[in-house]
Amino acid sequence: MRRGRQAAGVSGAASDAEGPPAGFEPARGVRRDAAAVSLAVGAYGIAFGAAAVSAGLSVLQACVLSLAAFTGGTQFAVVGVIAGGGGSGAALASGLLLGSRNTLYGMRLAPLLRVRGLRRMLAALGTIDETTAMAQAQQSPALARTAYWWTFAGVYAFWNLATLLGALAGSVIDPIRFGLDAVVPAAFLALLGPRLRTSRLDRRIALTGAVIAGLLIPVTPAGVPVLAAAAALLLAVRTPERAS
Amino acid sequence: MTSWALVLSTCAGCYALKVLGYLVPARVLHKPAVRRLVELVPVALLAALIVVEAIADGSRLHLDPARLAGVAVGGVAVWRRAPFLVVVVAAALTAGLVRLA
Repeated sequence: MRRGRQAAGVSGAASDAEGPPAGFEPARGVRRDAAAVSLAVGAYGIAFGAAAVSAGLSVLQACVLSLAAFTGGTQFAVVGVIAGGGGSGAALASGLLLGSRNTLYGMRLAPLLRVRGLRRMLAALGTIDETTAMAQAQQSPALARTAYWWTFAGVYAFWNLATLLGALAGSVIDPIRFGLDAVVPAAFLALLGPRLRTSRLDRRIALTGAVIAGLLIPVTPAGVPVLAAAAALLLAVRTPERAS
Repeated sequence: MTSWALVLSTCAGCYALKVLGYLVPARVLHKPAVRRLVELVPVALLAALIVVEAIADGSRLHLDPARLAGVAVGGVAVWRRAPFLVVVVAAALTAGLVRLA
């Protein structure tokens, strides 16, 4: 789910233009960007719902994941590991590893949003790639808060509606006949693609992770190859950061 | 673990990770090295998931021509910068059509 960054980039470019036109209201532009991001996320939600039921989850289970876990990469990973025959422990561990970046997002958002009590508990639920990217792209804390809450509301609505639609569609058709087993790896490719374009280190880590997983498939229980691929991160410890 | 246990523990774990970010002081984890590692986690895991999904069935290699064709077409679509929906629909259609043939 990298659309948030693209849309946020567009918003940033628009505000760099020479002076706002008469009657321009920045918050309106922010809400429009939030709507665009939400629509884009809907496509992922449909794919997730369909993939979840073809991996053996019920429609309700797919919907509960989208409502309460509400973090696309993790949800896809959990479904991907069980679709590949992996155990629940491996699925959970892979999912939580992918969800760990939301902790960093929360630390960045906390001083921007300045929320306490129940509002903080609600803000935490919406802490994902898209809302963080949209909030951080704004010029002022007030706009950042507008961007955060509107993006959260829009993405949450579309992600959950789309999950339900995808899960219902996936449960009435035969997943194998309609090629739904190819949806999850294709979705992962689409999520990974943009990272590989921008960074040489990302390409090396992806290749190493893929090789580790491929070699371990025949010799470890299902699910372990994915977790073991995290060892590819050791490359980052010694390599200085630079763009391709 | 039943599938419900997995679903509920995933939800609880994901929410706890998010809340944690609001509770810990930023200086605890906000070191550049930690940040970089966390941001690189998806790259390693997604690459591994693609391989496993494409060529494994449980813990044995399983080269299903239809699925491989679907993943390959999805890969070409990503390379050609197709939108997400085009990528997954092309992959599913390809796998479905190869199975028909």
